[in-house]
Amino acid sequence: MPTLNFTAPTTVDEAVKILAGSSGMAKVLAGGTDLLVQLRSGRTRPDVIVDTKRIPEMIGIREEAGRFVIGASTPGTMLFENKALTQAWPGIVEGMDLIGSEQIQGRASLAGNLCNASPAADSVPALIAARATCVIAGPGGRREAPVEAIVTGPGRTSLAKGEFLVAFHVPKPKPHQADAYLRFIPRTEMDIAVVGCAVNVTLDTSGQCTDARVVLGAVAPTQIICEASAKALIGHRLDEATLAALDAAAGKACNPISDKRGTIEYRIKVAGVLARRAAAIAFERAGAR
Amino acid sequence: MAKHHVSTIINGEPVEFLCEPQQTLLDVLRDELNLTGSKEGCSSGDCGACTVIVDGKIACSCLMLGAEAEGRKIQTVEGIAQGDHLHPVQQKFLEHAALQCGFCTPGFIVAAKALLDENPDPTEEETRYWLAGNLCRCTGYDKIIRAVLDAASVMRQEAGR
Amino acid sequence: MSFLDKADLKVVGTRPIRPDGVDKVTGRANFGADMTMPGMLWGKIKRSPHAHARIVSINTDRAMALAGVKAVTTRADFPDIAPSRAFIGAAPANLRDLSRNCMAKGKALYEGHAVAAVAAVSPAIAEQALELIEVEYEVLPHVMDVEAAMAPDAPVLLDDIFTSGVEPKPTKASNVAKMVRFAKGDVEAGFAEADVVVERRYTTQPVHQAYIEPHACVVSVGPDGQCTIWSSSQGQFMVRGYTARIVGADIADIRAIPAEIGGGFGGKTIVYLEPIAYMLSKKSGRAVKIVMSREEVFRATGPTSGAVVEVKLGAKKDGRLTAAKAVLKYQSGAFPGSPVNQGCMCAFASYDLPNVETVGYDVLSNRPKVAAYRAPGSPISAFGVESCLNELAGELGIDPLALREMNGAKDGTKAAHGPTWVNIGYLKTLEAARGTEHLNAKLGPNQGRGVACGFWHNAGGESSAAVHVNEDGTVTVTEGHPDIGGSRASMAMMVAEVLGVPFASVRPVVGDTTAIGFSASTGGSRVTFAGGMAVTQATQKVVEELKKRAAVTWDISPEAVEWKDGKAFPAGPNAGGFEPLPLEELAAKSARTGGPISAEVQINAQGQGPGFATHICDVEVDRETGHVKILRYTAIQDVGRAIHPSYVEGQMQGGVAQGVGWALNEEYIYDKDGKLENAGFLDYRVPVASDMPMIETIMVEVPNPRHPFGARGVGEVPIVPPMAAVANAIADATGIRLRDLPMSPPRLLAALDRVAPMRQAAE
Repeated sequence: MPTLNFTAPTTVDEAVKILAGSSGMAKVLAGGTDLLVQLRSGRTRPDVIVDTKRIPEMIGIREEAGRFVIGASTPGTMLFENKALTQAWPGIVEGMDLIGSEQIQGRASLAGNLCNASPAADSVPALIAARATCVIAGPGGRREAPVEAIVTGPGRTSLAKGEFLVAFHVPKPKPHQADAYLRFIPRTEMDIAVVGCAVNVTLDTSGQCTDARVVLGAVAPTQIICEASAKALIGHRLDEATLAALDAAAGKACNPISDKRGTIEYRIKVAGVLARRAAAIAFERAGAR
Repeated sequence: MAKHHVSTIINGEPVEFLCEPQQTLLDVLRDELNLTGSKEGCSSGDCGACTVIVDGKIACSCLMLGAEAEGRKIQTVEGIAQGDHLHPVQQKFLEHAALQCGFCTPGFIVAAKALLDENPDPTEEETRYWLAGNLCRCTGYDKIIRAVLDAASVMRQEAGR
Repeated sequence: MSFLDKADLKVVGTRPIRPDGVDKVTGRANFGADMTMPGMLWGKIKRSPHAHARIVSINTDRAMALAGVKAVTTRADFPDIAPSRAFIGAAPANLRDLSRNCMAKGKALYEGHAVAAVAAVSPAIAEQALELIEVEYEVLPHVMDVEAAMAPDAPVLLDDIFTSGVEPKPTKASNVAKMVRFAKGDVEAGFAEADVVVERRYTTQPVHQAYIEPHACVVSVGPDGQCTIWSSSQGQFMVRGYTARIVGADIADIRAIPAEIGGGFGGKTIVYLEPIAYMLSKKSGRAVKIVMSREEVFRATGPTSGAVVEVKLGAKKDGRLTAAKAVLKYQSGAFPGSPVNQGCMCAFASYDLPNVETVGYDVLSNRPKVAAYRAPGSPISAFGVESCLNELAGELGIDPLALREMNGAKDGTKAAHGPTWVNIGYLKTLEAARGTEHLNAKLGPNQGRGVACGFWHNAGGESSAAVHVNEDGTVTVTEGHPDIGGSRASMAMMVAEVLGVPFASVRPVVGDTTAIGFSASTGGSRVTFAGGMAVTQATQKVVEELKKRAAVTWDISPEAVEWKDGKAFPAGPNAGGFEPLPLEELAAKSARTGGPISAEVQINAQGQGPGFATHICDVEVDRETGHVKILRYTAIQDVGRAIHPSYVEGQMQGGVAQGVGWALNEEYIYDKDGKLENAGFLDYRVPVASDMPMIETIMVEVPNPRHPFGARGVGEVPIVPPMAAVANAIADATGIRLRDLPMSPPRLLAALDRVAPMRQAAE
């Protein structure tokens, strides 16, 4: 009889010990909205499940000098209810908020969404666009890494045995800096993103872009930081020519597959469309600040 | 396999149960506690028929392990009515004929009740998006949305008194 | 008593709260998976991972040896059913095929086909035991596409299928189970005299009924062979009869109890689990519960057919249709039996045509056996015909609604498949559509409007009902139809109306197979019609009996007694100056006047009325992504007489939502090995609440005089028009005509992009 052990440690160190010390497969449990589906379908058969929700520092949002610190297992609803974070980074919060249903929202976490490592993860592009980092605890202590360093391929992360995410650090936006996240799904809700796009721009007082990050999701094995799209924005206002260049660059950066959710051609086309639309929202938000 | 001993509060009552590690909260409610009001429609969090309220937030009980319920407050459809006094959402579902086969109804009742607890005056659009995680195949959602909006109106009036 | 005049009715036509409602909103109601029995075991089914394979061997030793496993079953336990004994009674299912579908014989014919099953003391142990069952397969080439399956070199699923309906009869087995043809007049001559001929090809994908409740049952077989089945199904008599034949038991030895059912739409008119649970129970000596997972529902239970629909229409310049032809190729899945017959019959049923021909093919492929899905066959051919009518209207420069009005079936029209229509409401639905604000409301940019119509013949058939007057004057009506959509309320309403008593004093009960006479399944839009006829007749008998009891009490002749408003009256001053006798009093005295007051009726209901609908749909298209939003929807239908209007509206709205899903996003996606890639609600995309607007319903009542209350079936018609309505709306919004379902964003965007360069060149 295959055995499954469930534990709910109350400190990070305890969790690290269990994860590092398990002889079989150990899985971190935050909201469970991916893990339990995989457990039920037989796609994953862990020997140990480590519930991180009893570790106080894993849940909650606080502000400290120049940044937000978000506990890795914080559920989506808590992000949405945090006025300061929603105002500072609406794109990050929107990305998280788009995941699944209201029922999912009360459980799903940024860390879970990231470490599940689906190319279509909704919360990841905006985190990367905001240049967020994550705090990783492990046998060697704690380390910090940019969010884009975590996912190495579909279902694969760069985390070593015994390591897990403890928190996200999201820098406070600069003046006239704002983000947006859009995704395309066939219905109005409840679908995995066919394409996702996050745009983070900083404008000068005349409305010209001085800094930008454009991140695409669901169009490659991992999220893509689209340098060419950023270049198309920096130094420009959002006029027709800029939008066209942005669109083209986004489409070129894609490396999608055809699967049950969309074709290659479709994803390339829609990536450009979403890049334009997300940029429009980000520019408007940045200009209003 | 050793079972977990879990203490929770379910529908206001202290409840203890034993469960295997892989059993979901839904499995426990239905198979250990005989609370069969919450339904299993998909086991993947896509249909909402298993919706319960955990510490004030709606959740799919099929996506929670029974062991995670330790110390939590859980409300199921069985706890929505107060004795024979139906909650306005339940009453309006009946009046508006917002159910046909009735299988998705418990999930909708719990989700709608949670909506109105949080937002007493939702628009039609807000109601539809809140309930997007509850699938109904029989009604086309029309009468469900009308029932929820009508319940909201009734509850606002009662609160105003 | 005539109940056809609405003005006389006091209960029928009102909207009381359904008697099973409180149980359903509080979670008390018991569905298939909610039952437990003492000592119950958990059953699970091992399924083929291959789309087509010979089963070389099955070894269950290791599974049986696992602690906690109490029984294992394979095909070896099931008796073979000879082809000559494949059909039972009036039921359409081929029991021999159904048996081989429940448990594979010799070959696995689709991914998910059941090959063995176990029963154990816990679900976890049962799951583990499945992995210990060793099945050796010889994988065979498979075929999925309907036209590929018709090709002469296609892999053949069953070696005893020789296409019926063709002359000479083929000598080589194939996947084409039958060809059917319905014709009237001379289509070639009709096309020759046409001014405009339009010929188009449409395709649809298989879609699942997607009821939210997976199949579930608990079966207990005693040492003496007496068996109780608790299951949710569309017919407990079907469950009893089919299970008995598949396992080789006497029908009288099985008691089938209907659980509340969480949706069926035709998908629960056959059995999948009960015979397997029966075998496991018989072998283990304990009750066995089997509940399908959602994944199993998708992999192993019947969707409806995917199809190719070729339509040809000919018309005069003024819009009069001169000829219509359709060729339909429907998938049946692993065994014969697609709804291609109904597809053919319904295709042109809404139109008055001098020359019509429909030809249909029933084609096997390595997919789950197709099961009925709401107006089976009709939505598929309607998608083609109703789209093509709009394409024809476009070529003629005629308003699509006007084209239908000009050619619409009316009383006296003879349909291609035989019947002559009487008391139908098709033209009235078109008239009602003309009168809507919706039809003429202004549309914005990228918005379009589509109109489409639909037909379903509705079923009659066998129903039984018993009406009992209780000692306190309350009334119990027992009927045999699982209540999927509120029908038991309607039964009670009809009884209350006939008796002249308040709705609250009548309790409806859905009886098990020992409690009421044989009743055919809940489906075919037949329950309010046939079940209603049975309860009405039973109540009328009770009224006659009540009059007799009053006559005995007053010592007058029964002919001198009238019944009105729940009381017996002397019929006129000559009968005597007696005070009226209310039902409660007659009930209290019943032992003294002759005994219990009760009547049971068994009928084979005739005279069902067909249903017609006209739908209007507005969409908005995002031209950059191909996303379609349903902005507004109006469904108009001839409902005969709405017994409980809320539940009639509900049927209309539910059918519309299913049709919208079928139109836009639902489809089965298979990989190159014939394995289903979207076996769950994440990627099998049914409409969610935010996808739909409010659905306006307009009930046109043309009473069916052959039903005591004028009722005709309503449940199935509403799913017939939506796909064409949406396609016609998209065409109106974009100029793009999509002919392949689903009209998902990638398909629409690709079509828009193909046109865009041409538009730019033209500018």
